[in-house]
Amino acid sequence: MAFRLATRRFAVSPQVFRRGMASVVETTKAEPLSTVSETLSASTQPTPSSKTSTKGEAAPDKDATIKTFHIYRWNPDEPSTKPKMQSYTLDLNKTGPMMLDALIRIKNEVDPTLTFRRSCREGICGSCAMNIDGVNTLACLCRINPDKKQEARIYPLPHTYVVKDLVPDLTQFYKQYKSIQPYLQRDTPAPDGREHRQSKEDRKKLDGMYECILCACCSTSCPSYWWNSEQYLGPAVLMQSYRWIADSRDEKTAQRKEMLNNSMSLYRCHTILNCSRTCPKGLNPALAIAEIKKSMAFT
Amino acid sequence: MPRLSGLQKAVLALYRQCLRTARTKPEHSRPHFQSFARKEFDKNIHLDKKDFSAIEFFLRKGTRQLETT
Repeated sequence: MAFRLATRRFAVSPQVFRRGMASVVETTKAEPLSTVSETLSASTQPTPSSKTSTKGEAAPDKDATIKTFHIYRWNPDEPSTKPKMQSYTLDLNKTGPMMLDALIRIKNEVDPTLTFRRSCREGICGSCAMNIDGVNTLACLCRINPDKKQEARIYPLPHTYVVKDLVPDLTQFYKQYKSIQPYLQRDTPAPDGREHRQSKEDRKKLDGMYECILCACCSTSCPSYWWNSEQYLGPAVLMQSYRWIADSRDEKTAQRKEMLNNSMSLYRCHTILNCSRTCPKGLNPALAIAEIKKSMAFT
Repeated sequence: MPRLSGLQKAVLALYRQCLRTARTKPEHSRPHFQSFARKEFDKNIHLDKKDFSAIEFFLRKGTRQLETT
């Protein structure tokens, strides 16, 4: 077998049929390769720049609505330089309607170093939470104000450590979410051995809470949370806590309440109501906190 | 020994914590961890001691790095 393979290797196919990878040039043995390439490139001489260059940018449309965006910039690779605001101008007619469209366009066309989180672009994932014109919201749910005199100002979520540009460090927020044990806790098995059932009325109690996407807009808008973010849980996490307290299937309600029963975790809420005002999903964390307080007061 | 500021103490505490964590590692890889910690601190030794935000940033970065080991 090995012998046959060897003979086949020596039976060289004629030079004519051999061709290098992806080349269509037929070289005959007479002319060396260099002359061929020269003759080829002669036909594609680069055009001198005097003949190609345009005189400046193409004229902007007459009805262009140029809007300025001031965006917070900070680069962790140069930690000694102070954070700064950088201005970008965009033609709104060529940009999508939402702030996220503007940000993505800036990143694609103007400044690829601009950094922000985004994923679903429709208000489901909560990645693009940021402070736009002084309000915490999702960039994908925030329309650009068509008034071009109003310059947009975009900051990362307030009172968070900044990872880069518009990316906040939410480690603390997620740690707190983990601390409330956001999962169903039961000791008894389901009566029919299959599912934990719930009446329609019980299910209705969870409406307005399960929709929370944990974008951290509400928590970072709360002054109480700004000053006590180490101990106070913040509106988003408290609402999720109540979501499990109110769940008819959960059996650890008493323990959950007991965990909140101290001066810091829950009672730092002073009903400032920034949370309900800012929530980009239109939920009401303050109501959930009030319900926890009520249920703790009457037990 | 001059009086250390709170920030300086925090930096020293982080370095001490790094060395302690290194001691929990198996003996043959211990010098590697120690020299790595030392190198990471040396990288930013030039920082101005009044550059609080940068120092705090590196403190946070270091703490997070330490937590993940």
